[in-house]
Formats: sequence, structure tokens, C-alpha cells
Amino acid sequence: MNNLLRNRQVEFRLLVVLALLCAGLSLATDTFLTMANITSLLNNNSVNLIWAVGLLVVLIAGGIDISFAVASSVVQYAAAKFLIGIGGGNWILGFIVCGIVGIGLGLINAGLIHKFRIISIVVTIATFNAFFGLLMFFSGGRSIYSLPDWWSDRVILFEHQAVDGTWSELTLPFAVMVVCVLLTWILIRRTNVGRQLYAFGDNPEGARRAGVNIAAMQALAFGWCGMMAGIAGLMQVNIVQEVVPNALYGRELEVLAAVVLGGARLGGGRGTVTGCVLGVMFVAVTQNGLNLLGISPFAFQMIIGAAILVAISTSNISFSSLGRIRMEGSK
Amino acid sequence: MPESGGAERHALRLKAVSKTFGGVKALDGVDFEVLEGEVHCLAGENGCGKSTLIKIVTGVYKPESAGLIELFGERLDGITPVQARDRGVSVIWQDLALFANMSVAENIAFDAMVGLRPRGVDYRGMKKRAGATLERLGVTLDLDAALSTLPIAQRQVVAIARSLMNDARLIFMDEPTASLTQSETDRLLDIVRRLSADGVAIVFVSHRLAEVLEIARRVTVVRDGRLVGVYPTEGMTQARLGELMTGHMLEDSVAARDMSSAPAVFEANRLGRPGEFENIDLVIRRGEVVGLCGLLGAGRTELAHAMMGMSEPATGEMRLHGDVYRPTSIRAAIAHGMAYVSEDRLSLGLLQKQSIVDNASISVLDRLLDGLGLISNGKKLGLIRGWVEKLGIKIGLPDDAISTLSGGNQQKVVLAKWLATEPKVLILDSPTVGVDVGARAGLFRIVRELAEQGLAILLISDEVTEALYNSDRVLHMVQGRIAGEYDPSTTSVQALEEAIYE
Repeated sequence: MNNLLRNRQVEFRLLVVLALLCAGLSLATDTFLTMANITSLLNNNSVNLIWAVGLLVVLIAGGIDISFAVASSVVQYAAAKFLIGIGGGNWILGFIVCGIVGIGLGLINAGLIHKFRIISIVVTIATFNAFFGLLMFFSGGRSIYSLPDWWSDRVILFEHQAVDGTWSELTLPFAVMVVCVLLTWILIRRTNVGRQLYAFGDNPEGARRAGVNIAAMQALAFGWCGMMAGIAGLMQVNIVQEVVPNALYGRELEVLAAVVLGGARLGGGRGTVTGCVLGVMFVAVTQNGLNLLGISPFAFQMIIGAAILVAISTSNISFSSLGRIRMEGSK
Repeated sequence: MPESGGAERHALRLKAVSKTFGGVKALDGVDFEVLEGEVHCLAGENGCGKSTLIKIVTGVYKPESAGLIELFGERLDGITPVQARDRGVSVIWQDLALFANMSVAENIAFDAMVGLRPRGVDYRGMKKRAGATLERLGVTLDLDAALSTLPIAQRQVVAIARSLMNDARLIFMDEPTASLTQSETDRLLDIVRRLSADGVAIVFVSHRLAEVLEIARRVTVVRDGRLVGVYPTEGMTQARLGELMTGHMLEDSVAARDMSSAPAVFEANRLGRPGEFENIDLVIRRGEVVGLCGLLGAGRTELAHAMMGMSEPATGEMRLHGDVYRPTSIRAAIAHGMAYVSEDRLSLGLLQKQSIVDNASISVLDRLLDGLGLISNGKKLGLIRGWVEKLGIKIGLPDDAISTLSGGNQQKVVLAKWLATEPKVLILDSPTVGVDVGARAGLFRIVRELAEQGLAILLISDEVTEALYNSDRVLHMVQGRIAGEYDPSTTSVQALEEAIYE
């Protein structure tokens, strides 16, 4: 337990802040702590969480990805065209197509980074523009509304009617998110390959000397992120029931902020699935709370910005040493 | 382990190994042999071919020709990295190649995780094995702590434990003590002895000759890619070893002069700063070299920082040429004629990725302006050429990155940078860390010349011999106070060592 507190300080702090936030919102509004609100919060943030765990893997490996949200749009559009083209398809085919296209886009990033030794932020800003430009060019900016039924129909896994008649439900994206989060946790925490990702992000030269296959690590990190982007794209269509080419443009920074808030280090080697989930939930609850309290949405961006600054500037200070400094200062 | 009580077996035998890089012979027919369980020292100046030799044994480089390559009695045509590792050859590089954000246990057991075939990670088993290995070294460390929370000496132990996890039977240690204090070094040497008793052969590469003679049984000396010879350390002196490495006599003798009649340049009276140093009385005279010894943490560097205006003393006063001197910033100190060659030149003294000329000129940019008030490249180059000549700095092109230079030459560039400010007082903080023995002699020759030109010099050093042989007076600092003053011409190395380490 002590170890957990020492090595998971960021996560622990975030958990405390999130719990306080939830407690505060439960007291301040009578709508926050309702099953309907909680389940809709989870459903609506499934896509962000899927992206977040994908991005987490890239950050741990010492990279960064700006292109994943746009990649999801590309996957949606390509999958919709293809599946409609072959007569409709089904969920299994949907996962396979989206997964493969997503991995392909991720591998483009990995290949450029590894082959030409360009830093990942430059590569992914370039592919962000290239992916989006190509998508707008080929789609002409036109949305697709007539999707196969299996894709746009809601799949309800759990439903419940409250006494006052409001429905609460958990849908397929939630379940898929849970699976993605678990798989990522298994990858980075429980497998030797995942630990090599940490090592590579932490000290690339040291990892190379130990015999870690650097190209494979880049491919795994960006491939995983791409696969998550593909699945997130598939799920987002299920939620909104349409493919709008520019719908996801700009979402990447929000997810990046949440993951960094959760303790992943830009520069590699550090980050956990728990922290990542807490980071996304913190952002989600803040936004939800402000909505419920009727506060301007601009306040949200301000708060998230401040939270990131506070989180990053305090992440290197441990509470115990802070106490010691105070004591010395008062002498 | 020994099959019989007879002849000792070889861990490694190399005969007539040669390697050329771009027409330059890095190794020219070198023989190198290490016995099982032996502590063997590989000595030589920077660039003599030591690293090339290590890289050949570990399979990083392929030799062009080799009379014989034999690992643990097995003849090989050449060594690949996999072969080397499988046969228990391991190198602990100076930068350790560890992972700062991972736990101690995971760092120790990391190599077992390498490979692309997915397997589960058994954290409990990992901790158990890591703990057992540390026990073999006689060390206890918190296995769950992140490596970044450990001091450098303990990271070194982690690196050793890691190589033992791979069943290392021949370990190369590249400058393992460069950043350790004396007591940490002693502890490391204990570990090395323990491993040796356990049958592990250890090849030690170090610039600190005292340590080499203490730990190793034999020493192989390499100079300019050729084997000078293999010598038993018994009966070997530091001076003789230095001579073998550099190929010429080193003036390793006391050079102290009596400077007590020279005018004082810098004075400190009852200078104090809580928690760092107290009651410091210090005089540095014109042309005098004052040595400052003491253990790490004795307050030497802190005192230097106060002298340079990097921190403010709480009590006492400083004087320069008799006038009260109260620097409020490092800029003010430089303007008063103070210069400081910092302890950690890699991170504090040099901008590693910038060019040699930019590093040397950064402290005096305002004097290098052209008619338009912009920095003149010609003047910059003129400055660096002058210093390259005066200090004998070996450089490629002035525009090469500073990181392309050897430790000794980097140190000279730092020196040039400060001398360009035309200082009156020069503080040298551990100037020979990571500098090899030949370059050290060159560095101290320059120090001596500077003193003769009238510069007042404070030489902070971890090495007793270095301070004693190169200073006019040696001060000993203990827990923030000056505990004693020694005259090098009447003090022996042993006496001073005892005073400091007891």
C-alpha cells in the first residue's frame, strides 16, 4: 500500500481531486448524482477513453501523436464507403476493417518516424494535415447519413427506469471502451513487450543496447494508437449515427490534455492506465458539472488549462518533501 | 568452480587484434588476457583504443584481423553481441544504460524481458530474483523504489546486479567511480572484490590510478592503439603507471612555493551561510594556488557559489583587492574579475550541442561586436584560435559541436571561456573529473602558468594527490568549516589522506 502511494502519487492525487469534485457536484446540483447522468457521462466519454489509452501507449514509448482523431475520421469514412460497397457488412467486419485501417495509419506514422528519424510531433502534425486534407478532398466534405442498420442502431447492454420515468442505459461503446482499457492495461503492465515500451521511452539508447527492437517498439506504439483510433471511429459513428468528415477535427488536444493530466510524461517512460482513465474522467466530470451548474463553456477550457499547469508543476513535488521544506523554512 | 588446483584458467584471450577506422589504426596487434576471477585493469589515455577493445570483446565491432579470440576456453572466429552475452560477457557503461522511471527490481531484471515473443511479467518473481542478486553483492536496496530516486552510487550497484542477472562471468566496468565520492568508491571496490572472490572476472577502466593499483591484480597498458605491456600492480607506483600510459615522465612532485608575501587578492572573513558553511577565513594571494580538500558535502562547492554571487552569505564579508565585495549575481562577480570552472561541466559549464567557438565566446560576447553592434564571426574565430594555441586544445574545426571533444579538451574550452573574461581570481571545482592522466598533467601545467602570470587560484579537488602536488597551500574543509591548513612541502599524501578520510 505504501508503495502504491509512493509510486502512484499522480493517480492518487487525481483520484482525491476527482472524488472531491464529484462530492461537491452531488451537493451543489440534484442532477449530477443520478443514474441517468452517470451513465450518459460514461457513454459519451467512451470514445475519448479509447483514444486516450491508445495515445497513452505512444506517450509511454516517448512519442506523441496529434493525428489520431483525424485518423478516426479517415477510418470512419473509408470503412463506411467499403462496407456500403460490399453490401452492408456486420459488427465483426466493422471491427476488422476499422482496426486494420487504423493500424495502417498508425504504421505510416511509425514508419516515417523510424525510417527518417523525424521527431514524432513533426511527423504527426504533418500526417494530421495530410490525413485531413485527403479526407476532405475525397469526401468533398460531404457527410454519409445512410449507414448500415447494424452500425447506427443502438446496442443497449443495460437499462433502468427511475421512479420519475427517466431512462438510464449503458451502450455498446461503453463495453468496447472497457475492453480497450483492459487490453491496454494488460499490454503495458503485464507483458514483457509492454515493459520494453516503457524502457524504450525512458532511455532509448539504453534500451537499444539491451537488445530491444526499436523499430518494433515504434510500430507497436503507433500501431496500437492507430488501432484504438480505428475502434474509436467505429464507436463514434454508432453514437452519432452518421459520418461527418470534420466532426472529430480538434478533439486530439482535449484527449492529450486529459492523458497528460493523468500523469503520462511527455518524453516517455511514465504513465499508467489508471491515471489515464482518471484524467479523462476528471475532464469529463468538470465539463459535465459546469453544464449542470449553468456556467459558460469557456470557463471549462480555462479550468482544464489551469488544471494541467497545476498537475504538471506539482507532479515532481511529493507531499512529504513539501512538508519538510515548510518545516525547514519556519526554523 | 576451479576444476583442479592447477593453472588458472582464462576468461578471455585475445591475440594480435587489429582494428582500423577510416585509415587510423585504433588497435594495432594488441594482446589482452583476463583470468577467471581476476580484477584486471585496462589503462590508457582517452583515445588509446580501450573502448575499441571493449567493443570488440562485446561484439559491437568486428576486428579486421585477430590471431586468437578465446572466451572461457572456447575458440571463436569472431564475437557477435549475442555470443558475448550468452557466454557471460557484460559491460557497465559509464552512463549505466538504466531506466530512470522503472523500479529497482525491474531495472535489475530487465534483460529477461527483451524480445518480441509476448510473455507475461511476473513482478513477484522478478523482485525475488533481484533481491537475491543484491544479496550476493551484500547490498540492500528498496526494490520498489523508482531508479530516479537513487543516488548515482546505488544506480551503479543496480547496473552491476543487472549484469549478474545475465550470469555475467566477465564484466567490463567503464569509469565506474568517476562520479562517486571516496566512501562510495570504497564500497564499490568491496563489491568488486566480492565478485572476484566469486569467480567473476572484472576488467576495470579508470582514470584514478590510486584506485586501479588498489583493486587490480594486473594492469594492461595501451597507448595509441598498441600494447605497452601487462604489469602486476604489486610494486607499481602511480607515477610509473602514468608514465607508461602517456609515454613520458609526469611531473608528479610537490610544486608549492611560499606566497605569503604576495598581496592578497581575495579575502573572506568569518563568512557563513546556514547549513552550508560557517566561519570561513580564506585568503588567496596574487599568483597563489590554494587547494581546497574535503569530502563531498563539506561545503566546498557552496563556498564557491557564494564567492561567485550565486548565493548570498548570511554572515561575514568578502574583500577583493581590499575593497568590500558583495556580488549580487554571477554577472556582478564576473565584472569584478571572478571566474568559476564548475564541478559539473557537462551540464553547467558547457552547452553540449553548440559549437566549440560558441562555447568559448559566450562569456565575452559583448567584446566581439562589429561596427554594427552585431556579433562578429571573425572576432569570435580570432578569440578561439588564440586560446586553442595558448592552451594546446586539440580540436577539429571551431564549428564542431563541443561534445566531439575529449573530457580534457572540453575542460580546456571551459577554461578558455573563463580566461577570456580576464579574471583576477579563478575557482576550479574538481577540474579533472573524467579527464585522463596525460591531459591532467597538461591542465595543471596551464594552471601553474596562469598562477605565475599573477592569477589567484582556488583549486577544489576530491583527490588528495592532485591538491597536494598542484597547490601552494592546501586547506581541509569539514562540515562547512575549515579544519586545517597544510603545507605541501612538509605534508605527505598519507598524512593528508588520513586527515580527510578518518
